[in-house]
Amino acid sequence: MSSARAAAKAAETAARTSYGRLLAILAARTRDIAASEDALSAAFLAALRTWPARGVPDNPDAWLVATARNHLKNAARHKGVAIEAAADLALLFDEGAVDEDADALPDDRLKLLFVCAHPAIDASVRTPLMLQTVLGLDAARIAAAFLVAPATMGQRLVRAKTKIKAAGLRFELPTQADMPTRLEDVLDAIYAAYGTSWDAVAGADGDAGARGLADEALYLSRLVVSLLPQAPEARGLLALILYCESRRAARRDAAGRFVPLKAQDARLWSRDMIVEAEGHLTAASRAGVFGRYQCEAAIQSVHAQRPITGQTNHAALRTLYGLLAQRCPSIGVLVAQAAALLDAGDADAAMAVLQRLAEADIRGYQPYWATLAAVHVARGQRGEAAAALHTAIGLTEDPAIRAFLAQSLES
Amino acid sequence: MQYMLLLNETAEEFAKRNDPAEAEAYWGGWNAFIGAMAQAGIIVKGDGLQGPQTATTVRLRDGKRAVQDGPFADNKEQLGGYFVIEVPDLDAALAWAVRAPSASYASVEVRPVLPPMAPPSA
Repeated sequence: MSSARAAAKAAETAARTSYGRLLAILAARTRDIAASEDALSAAFLAALRTWPARGVPDNPDAWLVATARNHLKNAARHKGVAIEAAADLALLFDEGAVDEDADALPDDRLKLLFVCAHPAIDASVRTPLMLQTVLGLDAARIAAAFLVAPATMGQRLVRAKTKIKAAGLRFELPTQADMPTRLEDVLDAIYAAYGTSWDAVAGADGDAGARGLADEALYLSRLVVSLLPQAPEARGLLALILYCESRRAARRDAAGRFVPLKAQDARLWSRDMIVEAEGHLTAASRAGVFGRYQCEAAIQSVHAQRPITGQTNHAALRTLYGLLAQRCPSIGVLVAQAAALLDAGDADAAMAVLQRLAEADIRGYQPYWATLAAVHVARGQRGEAAAALHTAIGLTEDPAIRAFLAQSLES
Repeated sequence: MQYMLLLNETAEEFAKRNDPAEAEAYWGGWNAFIGAMAQAGIIVKGDGLQGPQTATTVRLRDGKRAVQDGPFADNKEQLGGYFVIEVPDLDAALAWAVRAPSASYASVEVRPVLPPMAPPSA
């Protein structure tokens, strides 16, 4: 490979692997994410232009940060420098020449994650904001995964960045007292990214959104664990995502049909991911504090034992779902609890849980109707079962799941 | 940065201001909050406001003045006072806002104050 091509490749590699880190460094000092993104793009362009001719600098990341900072300063000067910008400039100059060597470059991505998932930012845009700032995903790709128009997603992201700058959100780690709830917001946003890989998996073949953002969610989840190794819930979320991902290959049959957990071929599960998940869950449990993600991961852990023990430990599932329902009684958790009770052979207890749910919550919630149908079947109420199943089919977006439900309607 | 805390009140709380049985506790809570901000040296300016029954709203439409008795919008919560505070960031402003007595039964809106306009460049 020619040295020019090697240099171009080095610039591309830096763009891919260092994007979030470099953006976090710039944004943490200016609070201006949009301007930092522009400056970083300009720096990458400059790298592509100059590295092939002059060679790759010893510390490419430091070079990129310095170039981006110059760009920010010039952009601010160009604008005639409002008083507010002058303050930003002072901050920039303040940082001076700290990044002479690689080790001096701080990792501010955790601060950036906390800003993206700040309670002052609308919950629906927190995940997209993280994906764009930390991973460098473009608005169109994010929009596809969240099933919204690219222009709409672009507007939401711009609005959020403007709010962060104008309202002056803090680019620092939360105080010890705020940490648990703030971390929960960060983890929820990462989990929402993972959720897209379930919602969008239905998408037509070759659809950019079809794969969802599973890999991105896994990356972010690992990132939080690496930056906050002491937080049990961060490990809980990572374990949960790993357990779910371990079963990806088994979730569809060769024809693309949905395969429920009970019927999955455990030989298709990823051993490596399960082992890694077990490790994180064990480490998390040492802290001895209850957490939603640890509990959900523990539930998945029980399922992962099936191929080893040859049966599902329904008593353990019942206990874990009881705990989860008590602490986090969301509609999703309660319906899952009902399904677990049904699987354990207690259709009456399952029905009791379902009957306590509020009318407004269940109306458009497909898993409720699918579970209700199964509970009716178990109780021998065929007419009610068919009615519930019809509703479930009507509420299903995923053709593979719709086909699965339609099949059980016939049987 | 400077932030304005817009302190909203409910009708019941406004009524306590002049209720002999409640007034002391009502003002005690507010004085403690304001005292703490003053002690921290963050107050730029601020005032309590008289109740919404004293409000008059005026609009100019087609050159005609339309004067209306009462506040701009008939909400459950009405502006009861405001403070402009000087703190480093929104998180610090929110930490103060949540200590206002009205935060626990009504609401506090927090807004960054518009920075001074830049002088026209020479």
